[in-house]
Amino acid sequence: MEGLTLSEAEQRYYCDLFSYCDTESTKKVASNGRVLELFRAAQLPNDVVMQIMELCGATRLGYFGRSQFYIALKLVAVAQSGLPLRVESLNTVKDLPLPRFVVSKNEQESRHTALYSSDADNPASYSGVIPPPPGRIQVKKGSVSHDTVQQRTSTDQQESTSPVVSPQQSPPTSPHTWRKHNRHPSGGNNERPLAGPGPFWAPFSEAQPGSSTSSDPIWSGHSPPPHQENWVSFADTPPTSALLAMHPASVQDQTTVRTVASATTTNEIRRQSSSYDDPWKITDEQRQYYVNQFKTIQPDLNGFIPGSAAKEFFTKSKLPILELSHIWELSDFDKDGALTLDEFCAAFHLVVARKNGYDLPEKLPESLMPKLIDLEDSTEVGEQTGEVGYSSSPAEAPPSKSPSMPSLNQTWPELNQSSEQWETFSERSSSSQTLTQFDSNIAPADPDTAIVHPVPIRMTPSKIHMQEMELKRTGSDHANPTSPLLVKPPDLPEENKMSSSVKFTPGNTVNGYSSSDSYTSDPEQIGSTVTRQRSHSGTSPDNTAPPPPPPRPHPSHSRSSSLDMNRSFSVTPGQQQAGVVAYPPAVPPRPQPSQGAGPHVHRPVDAEGLIAHTSTSPQQIPEQPNFADFSQFEAFAVSGVNKEEEDEIETHSEVLQVEKPSDSASSLRVAKADGRVEDKAPANVPTSAAKGTTPLAPPPKPIRRRLKSEDELRPEAEEHTQKTGVIAAVLASQPSIPRSVGKDKKAIQASIRRNKETNTVLARLNSELQQQLKDVLEERISLEVQLEQLRPFSHL
Amino acid sequence: VLVSVICSPPQNYPLYIRSVPTENELKFHYTVHTSLDVVDEKISAMGKALVDQRELYLGLLYPTEDYKVYGYVTNSKVKFVMVVDSSNTALRDNEIRSMFRKLHNSYTDIMCNPFYNPGDRIQSRAFDNMVNSMMMQVC
Repeated sequence: MEGLTLSEAEQRYYCDLFSYCDTESTKKVASNGRVLELFRAAQLPNDVVMQIMELCGATRLGYFGRSQFYIALKLVAVAQSGLPLRVESLNTVKDLPLPRFVVSKNEQESRHTALYSSDADNPASYSGVIPPPPGRIQVKKGSVSHDTVQQRTSTDQQESTSPVVSPQQSPPTSPHTWRKHNRHPSGGNNERPLAGPGPFWAPFSEAQPGSSTSSDPIWSGHSPPPHQENWVSFADTPPTSALLAMHPASVQDQTTVRTVASATTTNEIRRQSSSYDDPWKITDEQRQYYVNQFKTIQPDLNGFIPGSAAKEFFTKSKLPILELSHIWELSDFDKDGALTLDEFCAAFHLVVARKNGYDLPEKLPESLMPKLIDLEDSTEVGEQTGEVGYSSSPAEAPPSKSPSMPSLNQTWPELNQSSEQWETFSERSSSSQTLTQFDSNIAPADPDTAIVHPVPIRMTPSKIHMQEMELKRTGSDHANPTSPLLVKPPDLPEENKMSSSVKFTPGNTVNGYSSSDSYTSDPEQIGSTVTRQRSHSGTSPDNTAPPPPPPRPHPSHSRSSSLDMNRSFSVTPGQQQAGVVAYPPAVPPRPQPSQGAGPHVHRPVDAEGLIAHTSTSPQQIPEQPNFADFSQFEAFAVSGVNKEEEDEIETHSEVLQVEKPSDSASSLRVAKADGRVEDKAPANVPTSAAKGTTPLAPPPKPIRRRLKSEDELRPEAEEHTQKTGVIAAVLASQPSIPRSVGKDKKAIQASIRRNKETNTVLARLNSELQQQLKDVLEERISLEVQLEQLRPFSHL
Repeated sequence: VLVSVICSPPQNYPLYIRSVPTENELKFHYTVHTSLDVVDEKISAMGKALVDQRELYLGLLYPTEDYKVYGYVTNSKVKFVMVVDSSNTALRDNEIRSMFRKLHNSYTDIMCNPFYNPGDRIQSRAFDNMVNSMMMQVC
């Protein structure tokens, strides 16, 4: 259950109720017994009660612990307010009235019709036992007491006014039992707590001629003052008529017109408003009157009444400044210090109500809310704030400011559910800071907006594992879309790698370095697969690699681990996948001299394939399935390449140097043997390519380093050719090695994997070469420019 | 533990003071009063020319072993002071700032009320509710 936030009054009330129900002081209350009675007293339909019990977890637990009990009480309040029962509404519904529990007494039963029969048996048990909501029970003015039922009933009997409908009671509760609104004698309830409303309002005993005293009873918006009919139906009771008589005198002379009109139209209004449960609704006559008043101050109906004028106007009503201040706070919806027509009407209505003895609500009632959408006063709309707990959604308000009945009877559930967001609105004033706050408040309110962005693939061993899985899957199911790029490589002939402008092979996408244009021959495929992979990664992270990072501008990458992984990965497909993880990528032998001997040493030592990686061409012609024959290649590579490497080692200090000639050699070889690489296990390729290169670990990287470190003086063209030569050689050597492909599925898969590795390597090599080509061209261009500058007169 | 006070110049008497745990309130009153000196110090340190650029949020005025005091001053020299429990480590600076911002916003709303005379004690229910909710959040 989510955490429950209770206001002070709620806390106290719930605690009292819990102690009341916890007859055995066991800190948990059984589902039966007093709790049931209590819930029945809440006058909710049985199914609602069951729902509440279920929601709070009592049915699950079998009893009501304290927290469950509190939650249940709060849900009762929610239900009584007519809101749907939801767990979220526990905390989102602000200013919920305290749950009302009807204490049945015999007198009450006789007086009210639809009462719960079960309570008929226990009238006495409730008398004075159920802790009344703090301060709710107001007997008479000045005699506030958290009192017993007797007092309540007595006051009930005194009540002569027609039952007042309070909105929140209308929905699930029995309609007529609790429509008693006891108009508070305005000065009478000094001890009224600031908390929520009380279900048991002392009936309006005697007329309290608008002697609005200092004790400004706080009244939440949920316990609004009397039904609309009562406002005008003062004529019903002598006291009220007295009020009416006082009212015009106390307010202004102009009000006499209104009161007369209201008295005459009492019945009509009652009929009208009986359909609504909203006591704050402004009737047509009232509205017209207000509008007229507005015009006296401000002829333009669309204009504002400045604060000072409004202050003067309302001061005439002889209400205390404190109350007027509160009325202003309620009615000035946009906090701009001026009143629009709607705001003015709301304020006037509140003044009238207050004069009649009704307490001011804590929040502006819905019906008094100014129409939020006013196309003419867009600024006003934009600054909607205010104390409205349930601000009606602007879209629902009629846009015009015509004095039509502001029927903003939004469905409470909607408001309540959105109240959380709206609440945050209300906290902001119309200052410029609201904008920033707005954003920050809205963002968390919508946790569903998961901004999915490509996550760079982590080059971790787990990645290798994922790659393994990828390859495995692709090996088993070529059509597997989840490893799209891995599927692709085997299909794509390796010559594509040479021709395409791929930066990195798609096989490297698993490594995270694939760019969308990994294969120009199949750009769409790649792109789609890349995207698929990206999206897929969001869905099945365990299966696919995270989406590849944005294509890097340069095929080179600072981390060699990807390539290492690739190589190591391709090396070990023949072996168990676990082995892949077990073998960390070979450290890219950057420092050429030191590493020069390394690979050589490695190769004989590590027949597993790491060395094969290192020995493969820089572009990572992946080991083809024939790892079994790797040793052959090793030897071959060692023999064939060593010389080159050693030469290179001496000349260049970087790995790339060594790789270059070997790469070029291998690339050439590869180029020759394009077509035959596909399903064959081009183990030869990588190995042969490996011959030419010592450290293939970071093929592009060393290449790049060379590119960057050297200037245009470097004969890159040579490297290109060398590279191609290497590749070609690699490719050429592939078919020469017998395949064990058709043996079994595993071998096929292994071969596929190795093909893919080769693909990736070749693609990478290709991309490297392309990059080098670009660089060379740039250099050429710059050289040409310089040349032209140096020979200015040649063009003349 | 949270105490928030609004003081107005020039006499620096509190317009509004509210503390959540109602005991030891006097101690907090005293703390707030003494922290006003720190606020003044910070204001004067800015210099006259920088008044406009001065940031409203003053930050941690001074910490004691039990609690921390944060300050905020508006452009009209109305000071907001907040005392929070030191044990409440979950409160970050951002949260304090946002609380001050809310206070400031509510204060301006009160100012807009024509029935409110500047210099009066703040007796707005809306303001009370806002402060209450803020304090509930913290505690």
